[in-house]
Amino acid sequence: MATVSFKDATRVYPGADHPAVDKLNLEIGDGEFMVLVGPSGCGKSTSLRMLAGLEEVNAGAIHIGDRNVTDLPPKDRDIAMVFQNYALYPHMTVADNMGFALKMQNVPKADREKRVLEAAKLLGLESFLSRKPKALSGGQRQRVAMGRAIVRQPQVFLMDEPLSNLDAKLRVSTRTQIAALQQRLGVTTVYVTHDQVEAMTMGDRVAVMKDGLLQQVASPLELYDTPRNLFVAGFIGSPAMNLIAGSVVDGGVQVGDYVVPVARDILAKANGEADLTIGIRPEHFHTSEDGQGIAIDIAVVEELGADSYLYGTLAGLSADEKLNANQIVARLQSRHPLTKREIVRLEPDAGRMHVFSNKTGDRIS
Amino acid sequence: MPRFLAAQPDARLLPLPWHTPLAEWPHEHLVALPRGISRHVVRFIQVGDEVYAAKEVIETAAVHEYRMLTDLHRLGTPAVEPTGVVTNRVSSEGEPLDSILLTRHLQFSLPYRSLFSSGVRRETVSRLLDAMVVLLARLHLIGFLWGDVSLSNILFRRDAGEFAAYLVDAETGELHDRLSDGQRLHDLEIAMVNLFGEFSDLEAGRMLDESLDPLGLVQQIEARYRDLWCELTGLERFAGSELYRIESRVRRLNELGFDVAELDIHTSPTGDTISIQPKVVDAGHHSRRLLRLTGLDTEENQARRLLNDLDTYRARTNQGHVEESVLAHQWLTNAFEPVVTAIPPELAGKREPAQIFHEVLDYRWYQSQRENREVPLTEAVHGYVRDVLSVLPDEVISHESFSPLGEQRQLANPLDPSQGFVDEDEMPEDPWESEAFAPGTEVLPDFLDIEALRRRAQG
Repeated sequence: MATVSFKDATRVYPGADHPAVDKLNLEIGDGEFMVLVGPSGCGKSTSLRMLAGLEEVNAGAIHIGDRNVTDLPPKDRDIAMVFQNYALYPHMTVADNMGFALKMQNVPKADREKRVLEAAKLLGLESFLSRKPKALSGGQRQRVAMGRAIVRQPQVFLMDEPLSNLDAKLRVSTRTQIAALQQRLGVTTVYVTHDQVEAMTMGDRVAVMKDGLLQQVASPLELYDTPRNLFVAGFIGSPAMNLIAGSVVDGGVQVGDYVVPVARDILAKANGEADLTIGIRPEHFHTSEDGQGIAIDIAVVEELGADSYLYGTLAGLSADEKLNANQIVARLQSRHPLTKREIVRLEPDAGRMHVFSNKTGDRIS
Repeated sequence: MPRFLAAQPDARLLPLPWHTPLAEWPHEHLVALPRGISRHVVRFIQVGDEVYAAKEVIETAAVHEYRMLTDLHRLGTPAVEPTGVVTNRVSSEGEPLDSILLTRHLQFSLPYRSLFSSGVRRETVSRLLDAMVVLLARLHLIGFLWGDVSLSNILFRRDAGEFAAYLVDAETGELHDRLSDGQRLHDLEIAMVNLFGEFSDLEAGRMLDESLDPLGLVQQIEARYRDLWCELTGLERFAGSELYRIESRVRRLNELGFDVAELDIHTSPTGDTISIQPKVVDAGHHSRRLLRLTGLDTEENQARRLLNDLDTYRARTNQGHVEESVLAHQWLTNAFEPVVTAIPPELAGKREPAQIFHEVLDYRWYQSQRENREVPLTEAVHGYVRDVLSVLPDEVISHESFSPLGEQRQLANPLDPSQGFVDEDEMPEDPWESEAFAPGTEVLPDFLDIEALRRRAQG
């Protein structure tokens, strides 16, 4: 096991006008499950491949433990890419299917058998070891594939969108298995996904990337509760955080005919910006009791058990403006008899609001 | 209604039972051909005289692979030809089904499992590995990172005395402008691990000759690949007085079957040292030349053999002065075509024409040696048909050559070798399977459940 450090690690593809990964600094703790997430082209896969030795590091360095691996070939880095191969060989036992690569590396037989048995116990495959893999289910095949990586006892597991080619049912169960196994094994793991739900439910910490730049690295809850900038605020959360622009006025930010209260010390950090963006998660709205609040023109109300989801736009917009306006989403706990085309006033819960600079996109609250 | 994504659709495919999971298709549409191991359901579909390989896989993967194979075809790389993707499949019960990728079955192709048998010669295995290494290097030259190099993902065709390898599976493939050394070495490492697994599997199934050692075989792959890559792309420095080495390098590459489209040549300021490095090399040196001269489209080593015969023909007919294209036309009419037309139609499915011509030349050479006389081609072809061709298995579709080798064991499913033999035990209970994960594990939701995250964080 080991730590992983990206130190100003940069990758520029030949002919590209900006780096695919730009001065990435990321410290991954020993035994930590780190998820890299972001939209397509954000640099997450490139970062993983730099760590794996598949992409050149044009500047900066990458360390695994105290070893500088920047220029080492992939096989000398003591890492395992999980799921890159899970074809099962029909004439070999499950044990041999898990341990054959060790034989290739001349690991002594007794050691091989011990490692395979340990992995099989972890994976619930112990009673299958002497069987042929003829009738293994999709999930069991996945487990054998994990076993192949586990028996190698690498310092770091790397997983690049490992669930992307699985059907929905297998994806949910494999996700659970990977997270549970990683916790039991305690092997440092770097996991790449474009799916924020996967990232948030699996990772000890999540690194959010965009355009080759690390936006924020934090625990899932910290990302959710205190996103560092507008991008993270909009990317993490489903439905997404409502981001509403307004002008700075005395005591808050003016949205429509309502002044959203913002503390003076926060407004002071706006450095004279005339407009700011406030962020409110859908579950942090409540309907106003006193006619105060942001006026929302309701488009759809969706009842979901005890909650109802309200979808709408800021009130007072023309039909054309509504088409291009940001949608506002609110999850309201109390059942109000809300109806389509009605105007409702919503207030943010105290202390649950996020304020961002429009100029830098950074959080100022 | 299923949807077909195809550039040149085959209308005969439309009425097939796309609403049925591929594993349950009625046998009337299927043909049992030998093939490698696959993690997906793969079947061969026969419509008329055409055979298609069908692979059931999720839509994004099917479309990705279709596009990859299309790109490989456009770049002239040996790969199976994609026919289409069938999406929007729904079962009779209304359940959605995975998409199906269709590729045209490669005629005269031989999967590795049908080439291995007890007593397969070491040289034959070496030639198969060489073909695989050439394929891997060719793919790497065009920037293709395979990601799942294995014998199961390759088909072989006879190529004179050698083999030519074709890529069958591009599911994990990626096309880059160029590959880094790390990417190439990673692909090579995957090849070695996968092939070690495949050889070990053949060994466990008693299909690998005892003289063959899986570890020795994969070490051979590594060494051959490194040598070939070095020859194809390596920088070579020599003294200014050794200019002939430029020509030697080009000849060596031609000999390996590659043309040099761009060669970087640098001379030191004093002119004492010269360095050369091939920048663009294209495979198919001999097959392109033969195609240009005769219109015959053959594998590389077949072309080499036929071109040699063309040279022999020039000497034999004493036409040293005749322009090459004129001579090639004469050779085609007087040597190649008489041999091909002498093959009885019922035996034409045994080998491709260029392969037959090569084998007839071999047959004639041995007969000439034996009888100490120059045997005419017409005589040799009749002897070849009688002694060799008539007893060979049919290779247009090579299922007749296939049986579970080594011993008389029956495949659990003749349509799918991945499922092993029939005589194996049933599987034990799996405590995880009923829940799909270890008992007691907290199931991670398929949506963002922040309250669950908060509970977990609080322990």
